[in-house]
Amino acid sequence: MAEKSRAVLTGKHFMQGDIACAEGAIAAGCRFFAGYPITPATEVAERMARRLPEVKGVYVQMEDELASMAAVIGASYAGVKSMTATSGPGFSLMVENLGLAFMTETPCVLVNIMRGGPSTGQPTKPGQQDVMQAKWGSHGDYEIIALAPSSVQEIFDLTIEAFNLSETYRTPVVVLADEIVGHMRERVTIPEADEITVIDRKKPRVPPGEFASFKPDEDLVPPMACFGEGYRFHATGLTHDESGRPSTSSAEAQQKLVQRLCDKIRKNADKIVKTERTMLEDAEVAVVAYGITSRSALSAVQKAREAGIKAGLFRPITLWPFPDQQVSQVAKKVDAIVVLEMNYGQLVREVERAAKETPVIFLSKLGEEPHKPAEILQAMRRALQ
Amino acid sequence: MSEELHPFETFLRKEMIPHIWCDGCGNGIILNSYLMALKDLNIDFNKVVTVAGIGCIGRVSGYTKTDSYHTTHGRAVAFATGVKLANPELKVAVISGDGDLFAIGGNHFIHAARRNVNLQVICANNFTYGMTGGQYGPTTPLDAWTSTTPYGNVEHPFNLIHLAAASGAVYVARWTTLHVRRLTESIKKALQKEGFSFIEVITPCPEIYGRYNKMRTGIDMMNWFRKASEIRNYSDPAKAEITPERIVLGEFVDIEKPSFGRLLHGMTAKVQEKMKRGNR
Amino acid sequence: MPLKLWRKPLDADKIKVLHGEVYIIKERCKGGKGCNFCIEYCPKEVLEESEEFNKKGFHPPRVKDENNCVLCGFCEAVCPDFAIFTVEKNCEGGC
Repeated sequence: MAEKSRAVLTGKHFMQGDIACAEGAIAAGCRFFAGYPITPATEVAERMARRLPEVKGVYVQMEDELASMAAVIGASYAGVKSMTATSGPGFSLMVENLGLAFMTETPCVLVNIMRGGPSTGQPTKPGQQDVMQAKWGSHGDYEIIALAPSSVQEIFDLTIEAFNLSETYRTPVVVLADEIVGHMRERVTIPEADEITVIDRKKPRVPPGEFASFKPDEDLVPPMACFGEGYRFHATGLTHDESGRPSTSSAEAQQKLVQRLCDKIRKNADKIVKTERTMLEDAEVAVVAYGITSRSALSAVQKAREAGIKAGLFRPITLWPFPDQQVSQVAKKVDAIVVLEMNYGQLVREVERAAKETPVIFLSKLGEEPHKPAEILQAMRRALQ
Repeated sequence: MSEELHPFETFLRKEMIPHIWCDGCGNGIILNSYLMALKDLNIDFNKVVTVAGIGCIGRVSGYTKTDSYHTTHGRAVAFATGVKLANPELKVAVISGDGDLFAIGGNHFIHAARRNVNLQVICANNFTYGMTGGQYGPTTPLDAWTSTTPYGNVEHPFNLIHLAAASGAVYVARWTTLHVRRLTESIKKALQKEGFSFIEVITPCPEIYGRYNKMRTGIDMMNWFRKASEIRNYSDPAKAEITPERIVLGEFVDIEKPSFGRLLHGMTAKVQEKMKRGNR
Repeated sequence: MPLKLWRKPLDADKIKVLHGEVYIIKERCKGGKGCNFCIEYCPKEVLEESEEFNKKGFHPPRVKDENNCVLCGFCEAVCPDFAIFTVEKNCEGGC
């Protein structure tokens, strides 16, 4: 068990978010990291470079983010849980192979510590500007799972969750944290190794001759053979049939594959989606916020209650698949919704769609600081008028 | 004829054969040669991963009955790097085209060679982008006609041998599909080398490249190779550029250098050892 | 013919020249003007063009004189389509 204790640093720590992310990954069984230095995600790579050799893992610094994501997929297909970490500009390059990971059903984790964009933007400043890119950045129809931590403890927990989801659904999972969560230091409690749930991918249950590497079970997820296990299978970014054979001209094959890959996430959304509800039972106004902004939102909600305003906070932890039903339920009960984002309006579109008739006010914040509680309170008042 | 089976029958994914390549294309010869090398060396097919990028030759991964992966355009070497580092027991070969490896994937190639990742890279050089209908690429000879050089190519091509050697590959060779025996021997040698090996295979593309350049059949192109070929083992890679008059073939580099995997896993072992002694 | 005598290897009597049987998988072949590598590069000119069509409209080669085949295997090696191969002929009863 010596190995396990080295992998899981059980105890209480004062830790940076990026470091906690790396520790979460190692605790989840990640043994391969390929990346390229980028502010503000570099500390994840630095920690992995130090820690992975301690647990017999591999850290490799690739020539760019295109290569990093490709190597991560390669390692996953070689049977090793793998990840990368980046920020906006790197994410733009990684979405190429994020599509490949989705198409070839590769369990892997991509951490995006979001900074200010577009382009090089503000490298050291926080942002939540890659939310839509995570969902739509790669070409073609795809579904992504994206998780948004709001504290250092949560980035540890959600990185483990990200691995577990990626292994369960054989799909890439994105951790969308902002620079503040990535760079701030807070107390983290790391549990005992055997208290951490670690899920591994389903393996084939039939001998090589009978195995089709993209034939799904009832949950729409196919068991996964890895290289060197004797299955001698083929995987391709081309549209393919259940055996992995390319099928570039059959409409039926395209329909069947793309539909299943998307439904694999859509139809399991109930099991995937996590949200947090605070003081919403009798709320007249709901604040919807995720990541770091949810923390000033919480403070604002508390202040509102003190001022006699019935306010509550709805925090999507899972950004994708978007918690449609949960938002709709909240919307039905409140008079107005205030959405906070450190961008110029992204997830608010999803909230508006789910909220239907309920009015939605959007509070944008670009640059260094997240929303101040006073500003949020003001917006709540405005919303209720 | 009788029930006799082709000797490579079990090495091919029969459900994907016949392949998509045109008549007169040399890609099948490269696949043939690769399989012959694997067979001759008696390598366990269960431990081989064949990786390919995008382009005509990219389909080679599907035809080879090993574990195989068909990546996005240009990323075959990067993908293969991840595979090899994650499981060093696997034999990982990349078979891809000149456009895939040296235009869109050029950066990955030079860095994998620099790191000396234990990969065998075979490049099918047909001087053009065949899959998209014959545009000029990084190896198209000067003055050659293609669909996007209707007035002749005004770009200088790469000398891939020089590029691979300068980037740090431990084994570098060039053959044509006509030199199939020597090519097979070369692939065998590469498969047994530790580190990054590179074999350039000049291959006919009469349908797409040849027809623009007065070589309408596979035989026209192969006869050009025969006429222009000159075997000069261990000659200067800098002087190995391809011209219509001269295609220098042979082994250019064959050196020993610890592979990236060896250094990396060696470092990990040292860290482990240090931790055992308790002085973290 | 003095030249021929001079060229005859000294151990010619001890070395057994192998003979091959040629197998052509016609449906895989992409033979015709576009390819014909096996015909062109067979050192013993064992194969020739034929008028026969396969299902894909290609012309698989025809064996002209199998007795000339010395089992060098070049046709098999140079065939891009895995459509031709040779096996050793049983010559116990003479070839």
